[in-house]
Amino acid sequence: MSEFTRAEVCVVAVAEAFRGDGEIMANPIGTVPMIGGRLARATFEPDLVMTDGEAMLVRNTMPVGVDDPHREIEAWNPYRSMFDVVWSGRRHVMMGATQVDRFGNQNIGCIGDWRKPKAQLLGFRGAPGNTINHVTSYWVPNHSPKVFVEHVDLVTGVGYDRAAELGPDAARYHRIGCVVSNLGVFDFETPDHAMRIRSVHPGVTVDEIVAATGFELTVADVPETRTPTDEDLTLIRDVIDPNDIRASEVPS
Amino acid sequence: MSEDDVVAELRDGMTIGIGGWGSRRKPMSLVRAILRSPLRDLTVVAYGGPDIGLLCATGKVKKAVYGFVSLDSIPLEPHFRAARQNGTIEAMELDEGMFLLGLQAAAWRMPFLPTRAGLGSDLVRVMPELKTVRSPYDDGEELVAMPALKLDVALIHMNRATADGNGQFLGPDPYFDDLFCYAADRAFMSCERVVPTDRLLDHGTFHTLRISRLMVNGVVEAPGGAHFTSCTPDYERDEAFQKEYAATARDPEAWGAFRGRYLDLGSEAEYHDAVRATAGATP
Repeated sequence: MSEFTRAEVCVVAVAEAFRGDGEIMANPIGTVPMIGGRLARATFEPDLVMTDGEAMLVRNTMPVGVDDPHREIEAWNPYRSMFDVVWSGRRHVMMGATQVDRFGNQNIGCIGDWRKPKAQLLGFRGAPGNTINHVTSYWVPNHSPKVFVEHVDLVTGVGYDRAAELGPDAARYHRIGCVVSNLGVFDFETPDHAMRIRSVHPGVTVDEIVAATGFELTVADVPETRTPTDEDLTLIRDVIDPNDIRASEVPS
Repeated sequence: MSEDDVVAELRDGMTIGIGGWGSRRKPMSLVRAILRSPLRDLTVVAYGGPDIGLLCATGKVKKAVYGFVSLDSIPLEPHFRAARQNGTIEAMELDEGMFLLGLQAAAWRMPFLPTRAGLGSDLVRVMPELKTVRSPYDDGEELVAMPALKLDVALIHMNRATADGNGQFLGPDPYFDDLFCYAADRAFMSCERVVPTDRLLDHGTFHTLRISRLMVNGVVEAPGGAHFTSCTPDYERDEAFQKEYAATARDPEAWGAFRGRYLDLGSEAEYHDAVRATAGATP
């Protein structure tokens, strides 16, 4: 079972984003992130706490895209309690990003001037509160210069330059974990917290990533993203995503 | 009360909070009654769904205050998007948690509640009406002062209620309906079914009795009143109808037809007749 798809590599890259998190709430938003988060818990991060997408915390490994799946409910977590989780910091969210810049500022709000936007997107949603209170990572299924931009139109999620302006006290809970895209994994582990390539997915070159990115990336000793193990592939294909919804988000 | 009795209590320019969340357990029969009325220049405050979308599309909204406006299965409410892009409404677009604090501040009669949410983001830059406050304690931290979201009226929809204003949710989440009620001068509650007080616990445990008559000024029995949003376990969202509604945002002609068929009617009963006729026609 050594053959795998790009979507499956992305799932594993998402799972790796939650490595070391321990007993906190993992809140991956989107199809590939949900599969990856559940894979992380089913393999190397068994203590992660995860929702059913609504008001319940579930202990079992739920499939995605299946009507009325079995749920082993371990706690009740209505939206009001969710904000307690966010503000207490016991959470790692992986959000989408219509735009993300060199310092990890995220935009899901709008394109153009916020007062009269060219395109209204989702709005600020939970991004300001998430990014200032706990670890936030991002998932981008369509890596391109339109997404990886020099400056985002609206800062919904706070990046490292904005956090630095706030000073060490206000920003003490701010951390951008990583950005996982369909081409590679990116983090901010550089002296000035500018984005660097952490790993490239198998079959992707650094040049391809640089060409698909609208700002200068830090590039040094880039390894390949971990490939799925046989156990990963069995869990992904048979348990977590039996209908292969992942392929609609990341085509092969 | 009837839906029209509730609307008779509303005035042009009022600030109206609407309970529920996205396209879930929205007091849609009360919203539809507003659509049938001449009311205008409303400020609508909600974790928005088709309530805000419909009120925008029919020109009832002066300003929308929201944590988001979503149809859940369709992430962005298309009629709301059109209103924002056409510049026909004013907006106060909040972080979802800040929105909760605004309601909580109003409910507790506080001018604001402090939070870190918003710091460093463009939220406080594009909305200069949001101010910061410095902690008076040793930390001296600067925080966002989320202002109270004071409401003239709150509208909520529950699964069961008593005629004198106790409300029960039977789905997975109470959302913030109790806070909307406390944040408002007056609150009106529609429900799927009115039951006698001594029958409330037939339907769910005492934990589900989230709304007390302390918070509520009038009750409307409105079976199907949340349609087309979900009202579990009584019914799920009507996804087919929602899709039809959402598709009309791109096409003025389709919107006109939708409006004529479902909204420009004489009563809530006629709305349900029209929905049944459509459902019967498309197996």
